Amino acid sequence: MKPAAASPAGFSLRRRLVWQFAALSLLLVVALFFAVRFAAERASRASQDAVLGAAVISVGDGIRAVEEELELDLPYATFSMLGAMGNERIFYSLSTGDGLVTGYDDLPQPQVTPGDLSPVFYGADYRGSRLRLAALTRRVLLGQRIEEITVVLGQTRYGQAAIARDTARSAAWIGLGFLALTVPVALWAARAVIRPVDRLAEAVTRRGPQDLRPVLHPAPRELVPLMGALNGFIARLRGALQLAETFIFEAAHRIRTPLSLVRTEAEMALAETTDEALRQRLRRMVRAIGESSRSANQILDHAMVLYRSDQFMAEPVDVAALAGSVLRSVRAVAEMRDIEMRAEGLDQPCPVLGDARMIEVALRNILDNAVKFSPDEGNVLLRLSRDGGMARIEVTDQGRGLVAGDADLTGRFRRGSNVGDVVGSGLGLTIVTEVAAAHGGRFTLSPRPEKGTCATLFLPLSSASA
Amino acid sequence: MRDLVLAAVLGLGLSLPAAGYEIEVEQVFGPEDGREIRVISTTDLVSIDSVLRDFVEGHPGSRIRYAQAASVEVFRAIHDEGAAYDLVMSSAMDLQMKLANDGFAASVQPQIGALPAWARWRDQLYGVALEPVLTLASRRAFGDLPIPRTRRDLIAMLRENPDRFDGRIASYDPRSSGVGYFLISQDSQQSDGFWRLAEVMGRLNARLFCCSGEMIDELRAGRLAIAYNVVASYAARYTPDDPDLVRLALEDYTLAIIRSALVPANAGNPEGATDLLSYLLSPPAQQHFAESSGTALMPGAGQPPQPHLRPIRLDAGLLVYDDQLRRAGLLSEWNAAMVQP
Repeated sequence: MKPAAASPAGFSLRRRLVWQFAALSLLLVVALFFAVRFAAERASRASQDAVLGAAVISVGDGIRAVEEELELDLPYATFSMLGAMGNERIFYSLSTGDGLVTGYDDLPQPQVTPGDLSPVFYGADYRGSRLRLAALTRRVLLGQRIEEITVVLGQTRYGQAAIARDTARSAAWIGLGFLALTVPVALWAARAVIRPVDRLAEAVTRRGPQDLRPVLHPAPRELVPLMGALNGFIARLRGALQLAETFIFEAAHRIRTPLSLVRTEAEMALAETTDEALRQRLRRMVRAIGESSRSANQILDHAMVLYRSDQFMAEPVDVAALAGSVLRSVRAVAEMRDIEMRAEGLDQPCPVLGDARMIEVALRNILDNAVKFSPDEGNVLLRLSRDGGMARIEVTDQGRGLVAGDADLTGRFRRGSNVGDVVGSGLGLTIVTEVAAAHGGRFTLSPRPEKGTCATLFLPLSSASA
Repeated sequence: MRDLVLAAVLGLGLSLPAAGYEIEVEQVFGPEDGREIRVISTTDLVSIDSVLRDFVEGHPGSRIRYAQAASVEVFRAIHDEGAAYDLVMSSAMDLQMKLANDGFAASVQPQIGALPAWARWRDQLYGVALEPVLTLASRRAFGDLPIPRTRRDLIAMLRENPDRFDGRIASYDPRSSGVGYFLISQDSQQSDGFWRLAEVMGRLNARLFCCSGEMIDELRAGRLAIAYNVVASYAARYTPDDPDLVRLALEDYTLAIIRSALVPANAGNPEGATDLLSYLLSPPAQQHFAESSGTALMPGAGQPPQPHLRPIRLDAGLLVYDDQLRRAGLLSEWNAAMVQP
């Protein structure tokens, strides 16, 4: 039975991870752009303010009083330097309380009166451009009075804006580069995250149908709750199965004893009566009771095999001796129908590593089957041989063989399609198959070319004799 | 040439009183119905005439109204009067720079070719030609004296021969000539030796002129021996084949000014002006300018600058020359040097 596929996934964890990764990266790129722009603007503004401050001081230094007249040596180099970065526009004014001395008369003046050593910085719009201005006050002795001269020097900051823009743009490009790298990285990361889940699923899928041991596959810490839940579920399933098996075992056991009692009673009644019609009836009863107790026995065998498979304890077993003893016990039944039982290869001991009880049950079921489907006066041959590290037990009969399509008769309660007239539970071959699996061997059933069936059980030889 | 209509409005010293600034000559190039590009420039019409003709020939839909004016007039027309022009071209670098800095220039993107970065400011002011500032000397007047090669030589010679040079030295008058003032301020910045030269010139009763033309005329007439600070293109035009005149590029340093052009912010035809500016920066026009000034602004257009040439960069430093206090200080210094007690 194939495991039912889970209901179609509503979303892909991997895709969601990649999207989240990419979205986060994009957010970071945008943040990087603005952060770098802000930082670059601040840094270049600070350095340009320093230059502007030095420039306004140098202009102030050029003020002199000569014979009651103001003289100004406006420094060429200072202006040239101020304009150098980004070809800035430059405006200046020198004014006293009485008004403009020189420069641009409508240049915005500072809000506060600046000192004479540290310039005051401010921004203003002037003649269509945003200006950064620095102002300074100089005192000059003009004749008898002290004149306070306010020097204002302003420049545009095209260069600063361009630098901030370029820097931020570079940062954004780098960020976009990382974003491009993000997608493969995110794919890789998503795969790495999901891989343990895949591995776990693989490990659980790979298990055999009877394997209900707890999953001990190594898993990351995040998967431990899932593992716990899975193992809890397995434990519950196992408990339920055991309960069912125990119930069946109990039922079979309780039925078997009364059945043999009923059978004895029926046989006694058969011996005591002479009425032919009653005898017929009693004979059919005895046969039906025989089949029922046989089925009960098989159910018990099956339960035993399942139990022993779970608690498998291997020890050296001589298959030759075991096969001989089983053959002897079956021979009594066979002789009643004149079926000849022969054996080959039982003179040599053939040790395998396994559970003697289980192997015995398996052999008895194979031989029972052979006898059951053999015609009267037929032949059943048991041949023991070694085949590449395995003990090979081959039982051939001259029965009705297999019908094409009935190749797999090893499932529980599965019977061939040509056995309508022969009673049977359908458990026999299941038991054999389970025994073979528990030992690490295998069981095959194949039709013989002439007539009949060939059942072959392989069991691994014990390493000492291999 | 078939549809080239040449309409010249003549009149040297033609004054337009309504405008408040003086135009010297005005001339129209190109067809009547062409879209007009109005140019105001300090460049002599004669020297740029062929370039403008070539432009209108290549652009049949355009015509140029070219007005020639002194540099101060050009500045006043744009800065104070808000006159409607499409292209402003001037050799007065400080004034051009002030126009651009004060927001009178529009941003334009002409084809600039290999124009060096120091010959333009933002996308508003573009250098068009490089003009070395020369010293002209009359070979006759020097007689057997060697021709000076540096300012130091020149000062020494003037000191040693006061009789020969008395009243025969000339330069621009910085009070009336914008270029003259600009050159003096550059000279004073380049070397301290300049003030010694000014003093010697003052002692020898140097004559001061408003314009190059007059100065060169006097020189050729034999009334002058030396003309200090003459813009090369004028010298070339006025003295094409005079064996007597020596053009001196003094080897301690020779200034070179940039003739620059801008499109005013209020231009009515900025596209036409940008086309014209692109043409002025194109190889044929650049070769023409390099021929007349002797030095190429655009690499490859002609003679590369000599090692002693000091081109003045188009940058914000030029703004200081227009300052009234600075100007007053410099002029009083000049006065003190020229007028000996």
